[in-house]
Amino acid sequence: MADVQTSKVKFSFSTQLRENPVAQGLALISPTFLYLLIFMILPMLLVAILSFMMRGSYGNIVYRFSIGNYTRLADTLYLRILAYSLGVGLATTIFTILIGYPLAYYIARAPTRQRSILLFLILVPFWTNFIIRIYAWIMILRTEGFLNTLLLNLGLINVPLDILYTPTAVLIGMAYEFLPFMVLPLYTSLEKIENAQLEAAADLGARPWRAFLRVTLPLSVPGMIAGSILVFIPAMGMFVVPDLMGGAKTILVGNLIRNQFLVSRDWPFGAAASMLLMILTLAFTLYYTRKAGFGGEELLI
Amino acid sequence: MSEKKPALWLRIFSYLVYLYIYLPILILVIFSFNTQKMNIRWEGFTLKWYEVLFNDSNVILATRNTLIIAFVATFVATVVGTLAALALQRYRFPGYTMTETVLYIPVIIPEVVMGISLLAFFALINLQLGLTTITLSHIAFNIPFVTLVVRARLHGFDKSIEEAAMDLGANEWTTFKRVTLPTIMPGVLSGAMLAFTLSLDDYVITYFTAGPGATTLPLRVFSMVRFAVTPEVNALSTLWVLTVFIILLTSQIIQKRQAQN
Amino acid sequence: MSEYAVEMQNVVKIFPTPEGGEVTAVDHVTLRIQHGEFFSLLGPSGCGKTTSLRMMAGFEWPTEGEIYIDSKAMGRIPPYLRTVNTVFQSYALFQHMSVFQNVAFGLEMENVNKAEISRHVANALEMVKLTGMDRRKPRQLSGGQQQRVALARALVKRPAVLLLDEPLGALDLKLRKEMQLELKALQEHVGITFIYVTHDQEEALTMSDRIAVMSQGKTLQIGTPLEIYERPNCRFVADFIGETNFLKGTVKKVDKEKVTVLLTSLSKEIEGLGQGSFIFGQDVTVSIRPEKIRLADDTGAGALKGLENFLHAKVVRTAYVGSDTRVFLDLGKDIKMRAWEQNHVSTLDPDAYYAVGDVVRVYMPIENTLVLPEG
Repeated sequence: MADVQTSKVKFSFSTQLRENPVAQGLALISPTFLYLLIFMILPMLLVAILSFMMRGSYGNIVYRFSIGNYTRLADTLYLRILAYSLGVGLATTIFTILIGYPLAYYIARAPTRQRSILLFLILVPFWTNFIIRIYAWIMILRTEGFLNTLLLNLGLINVPLDILYTPTAVLIGMAYEFLPFMVLPLYTSLEKIENAQLEAAADLGARPWRAFLRVTLPLSVPGMIAGSILVFIPAMGMFVVPDLMGGAKTILVGNLIRNQFLVSRDWPFGAAASMLLMILTLAFTLYYTRKAGFGGEELLI
Repeated sequence: MSEKKPALWLRIFSYLVYLYIYLPILILVIFSFNTQKMNIRWEGFTLKWYEVLFNDSNVILATRNTLIIAFVATFVATVVGTLAALALQRYRFPGYTMTETVLYIPVIIPEVVMGISLLAFFALINLQLGLTTITLSHIAFNIPFVTLVVRARLHGFDKSIEEAAMDLGANEWTTFKRVTLPTIMPGVLSGAMLAFTLSLDDYVITYFTAGPGATTLPLRVFSMVRFAVTPEVNALSTLWVLTVFIILLTSQIIQKRQAQN
Repeated sequence: MSEYAVEMQNVVKIFPTPEGGEVTAVDHVTLRIQHGEFFSLLGPSGCGKTTSLRMMAGFEWPTEGEIYIDSKAMGRIPPYLRTVNTVFQSYALFQHMSVFQNVAFGLEMENVNKAEISRHVANALEMVKLTGMDRRKPRQLSGGQQQRVALARALVKRPAVLLLDEPLGALDLKLRKEMQLELKALQEHVGITFIYVTHDQEEALTMSDRIAVMSQGKTLQIGTPLEIYERPNCRFVADFIGETNFLKGTVKKVDKEKVTVLLTSLSKEIEGLGQGSFIFGQDVTVSIRPEKIRLADDTGAGALKGLENFLHAKVVRTAYVGSDTRVFLDLGKDIKMRAWEQNHVSTLDPDAYYAVGDVVRVYMPIENTLVLPEG
């Protein structure tokens, strides 16, 4: 056993730390907090401030407070882009629900042993690079792409379908990207539904479809909400998919912001657009998490 | 849910969805072996695109960069994030709620927003864009994910094993090293794997913080797709898919074996 | 050699509650535990027994008062510098280590060399009858085996005092009874002081040299199992240990230790042994255990002449449990009592046993009739 006497020397510092759990907690959290303060909070504050400045004629920044950027955003041109982004986000969300719900349902009903494999299989393609997956779709949807070639050879169409570089292509690409984010939370939600409840419904005279509408569907709503948060928000801010698959016609808020920063060099304006996107994001998140009660973390993992 | 046999239409639909998910990958892989450059008509089997790939210095440089960034960012984020998870799970301190909120922001916010914020920040402090800025950015978005994963695994951690260790003569540091850390290690490794993958895969934030000189694999692939479409991209993609698949399979097997023990 | 193995001197422990208030878990407790004693802290949940144990181990520090181990004040010395070891309720085995590594851990902390460690671990495992299990992982063991590993892990360090926090709680009844005997035998064999926390009074009575009965942070009575059982000093102890009958009354006469009590509802006087000092008119509770009651037919005849303390009652229910018969009595005015009559006679004649409806005399021998302070 260590000598009690000599330990009294080291006693004070380690005892102080041990005696003070608050100090311990602060010590552990400080690297994270400091890092994020510097590399996340500060940058975002910077953007907020930037949004109230104007671009000078040489591409520099004029340090004078003005809300000019925001009034510019209210222009129909930009409002249309915003509306379009919201629309794409919404469409993607709905589309992923339409495709993902039956799939999630199927997996939730599968034998227990198969379930993790089925889920794993959904995830495997998504561990590859995001750009690669989009490229694959380009290959398929191009005018001389796989799909058209196949349909032409089968004689189902005479003229190649013009899918790529249209909003349809963007939707297909986005839905593809976001499918797992909808399927997983839905699956978690559906899997939790006790069989006994469905049996009770049947016992009380409900046909399968009614049981589904009145019992299963409502109980899977938390999953749908979690999925929607995970799909809608990132979809709104996407710019890669529209850039690669949508051509010049499809500009979303993300593209707008990107252009301002890297093409037009109008950083203040880009900052304002960015603030707008951020506010929308936070509003949407707050609204939905308050509604659903935040259980998103488990669904994320 | 029950395990009754699902309706036929449901099964067909599900298989179609799986097809939807896998079709692009399959096509990618198949046409990486195609002789024809336009990769629609199948002409013949060849490995020449893989040859081109291995001789492509840009790709090799990009791969090297991507790996360096991923390893560094993962390491830092894992250490910092694990400490944060411990802090949040076991202690209460002033600023607790605020820290929690701050941690959720990168998870929710669109990547564009984070990307341009970092760009503006680096411009302000006059830090030249390059590998350093990319790495710093990756650490920033990795930390919250690591924290989230580790924290989830900390739930249900039995504190009495730490007390037992101290009771048997281990001081706080030895207890952490010999008992706590090994016990939470699976969660920490999960977090690290997630961070590594996010870093490897990141396009948007990297795009804004890379500047003209630095290139990573996702950035390279993007410009290849945009400007110079050849089956070389397919070859790269195929290798990538294969690598990831093998890594995933291995980790799953290791996990299953650990669980059995 | 110091006077006591462990001493708690006027120890108070106050915890803050999440709502911002305070709760006093340990309320001025003073205990002196002898070397080599098997000492139990007994009481219901929340009585402060576990908190007291944890303070001895060093996981909590007293708000007031002092803890002495081997006559040395512990102050705020951390657990890893104390010569006591703990067996945890949840066993707290290190899941990522083998049985061997678990047991060896404490020795590693003392920087014992490898050869020595192997020897000590082998001895410890043998002591708990787990030889040959060293390579297994905790999750491969049964509950009882895990418990033994926890025991071996603590004992291998040869602590002066072993602290056990309800170690048998998770085991099924049969295993628990077996382990009780084994633990007691182990303690006698090794000769170190065991301080044992439990809420199971039967367990405490079986194993302990002395028991401290605790409730709401205070020690109510400290004594040998015999003392605690036969001479409880208050209502709580009489009720918590074993079974008993309570009758309310007021003091009519005090003659040294003999106290005459007027039973309130029944308006009858009986005599008992006073546990404490009493004054005339004081409200008291009379306690007599069911097995101490002697029943007789209501004729006044028989071997029970000479005992004056008796009440009349009617039998309302009997339960034959083989070794004894449980007789449930109604004394009128809503007063009920229970008596256990040992079945001395060996007969199949039903009339030899009390039947429902019989009127009987309930004799309460004075030395078993205890007068306890009310409340």
